[in-house]
Amino acid sequence: MLARMISRRVVTAGLLAGSTATFARARDEGLVALPGKQPLIKRAFRPPNYETPLAGLRTPYTSNDVFFVRYHLANIPEVDARDWRLQVGGASIARPLSLSLADLKRDYEQVTVNAINQCSGNRRGLFTPRVPGVQWGYGAMGNARWGGVRLRDILRKAGLAADAVEVSFDGADTALMPKTPDFAKSLPVGRAIDENVLVALEMNGEPLPHWNGAPARLVVPGWTATYWVKHLTEIRVEPRPFEGFWMASSYRLPTGLFPGAPFASQTTKETTPITEILVNSFVTSHVDGERLRRGRPVELRGWSWDGGSGIARVEVSLDGGRAWRDAALGEDMGRFSWRQFRVPLDTSRAGPIDVAVRAQARSGAVQPEKLVVNAPGYHHNIIQKLTLEVA
Amino acid sequence: MKRVRVALCAGWLAVVAGTGRAGEETVVLRDAPGRDLTLARCVICHSVDYIEANAPVMDRALWQKTIRKMVDRYGAPVTDEDAATILDYLTAQYSAAR
Repeated sequence: MLARMISRRVVTAGLLAGSTATFARARDEGLVALPGKQPLIKRAFRPPNYETPLAGLRTPYTSNDVFFVRYHLANIPEVDARDWRLQVGGASIARPLSLSLADLKRDYEQVTVNAINQCSGNRRGLFTPRVPGVQWGYGAMGNARWGGVRLRDILRKAGLAADAVEVSFDGADTALMPKTPDFAKSLPVGRAIDENVLVALEMNGEPLPHWNGAPARLVVPGWTATYWVKHLTEIRVEPRPFEGFWMASSYRLPTGLFPGAPFASQTTKETTPITEILVNSFVTSHVDGERLRRGRPVELRGWSWDGGSGIARVEVSLDGGRAWRDAALGEDMGRFSWRQFRVPLDTSRAGPIDVAVRAQARSGAVQPEKLVVNAPGYHHNIIQKLTLEVA
Repeated sequence: MKRVRVALCAGWLAVVAGTGRAGEETVVLRDAPGRDLTLARCVICHSVDYIEANAPVMDRALWQKTIRKMVDRYGAPVTDEDAATILDYLTAQYSAAR
């Protein structure tokens, strides 16, 4: 695991650098700050799993210092960007490469893509019946402008062979116990050479934060975040399916249960890898149970997105799902990004407003009413309902 | 065995110190028979807030499945005897029915 090039510098606990009072207050609300991050919803200390609070999800681009953090393995070295190399090889590569950060910046076209980065298990904590796993709420996701180089440009330079089946990706993070499977993922070669798939070096115009994969991570717009391997160190292209644990035995769903891009080389009769993000939306302007002042004009706002077809419409019901009306849509920031929806609320009469929101993608897919129950707790995209009280 | 335990414990301390996950030590498991063994084995790989967070979802069968996953798939160094003690402790202290 290329340990030589990684400096295991101690990450100091910047947590206590701020004022103790601020820290104590944040802690009371279940928020904890990792070094370099604002206080986030702490789901687990180690491996670190931190969720973006609602307040951090209101801007078109989610700030780097509030972007969610998700790791499977607890040994997370701080990679020294000066020593870092990205190895490119495998049986379906003609000219193996060892790339430095300078190589990537000098020899390849620099591109950007706006894309949602969403954990497969986002909202797992909202499942009924509940399922084990990190009990995420709404914030294991964010939207960012990712900057870097196209994976396909790297693969072309390395001499991608016609017999390639999958491209696999490994990062610098490792397990603590020797028998724990290292976290590595693969993509079908057809997806890997999609022009939108990047080896990203930047996030929202800044170098990637440590907790989001510095100095380079894979960006697979439209696919769930499990494929977006952080601290990327190695890319391999092989004429056969990758057999790593995190592909063969994890992040899998019953075959045919959900729509989404197929992953034929990893599909069995029983199960298939999770792939594309399903159509979804959520309200950012209000929370369930919030009170509204009577007569005061107010707007319901939120985001809608899918796995890359783009959002066609967002409908909002203010009577518990009987009548639906189209919401106004905000700026189109790209088909892999999210899109704002807005609807004015009538607060002239006292009483409850039963809000429901459903997004429809350009693919035709619509958010469902009922949860499609699945053991790992993935793809929670049911219509969000909340009750506001005018008083 | 004692030496292995000391080594694992030292390894854990090194990781906690080395990766700056301040706060993990504030998570306290409920005091009941089996707690020390559960803590000693589980913290080798992860903070035990995972246990608290999953408690509302869990029952004996799910804890059994989880412990087997940790041992069989992730290579946790837990003997069958230890696993039985941990299962009893987690079922009694961290289950939905509690």
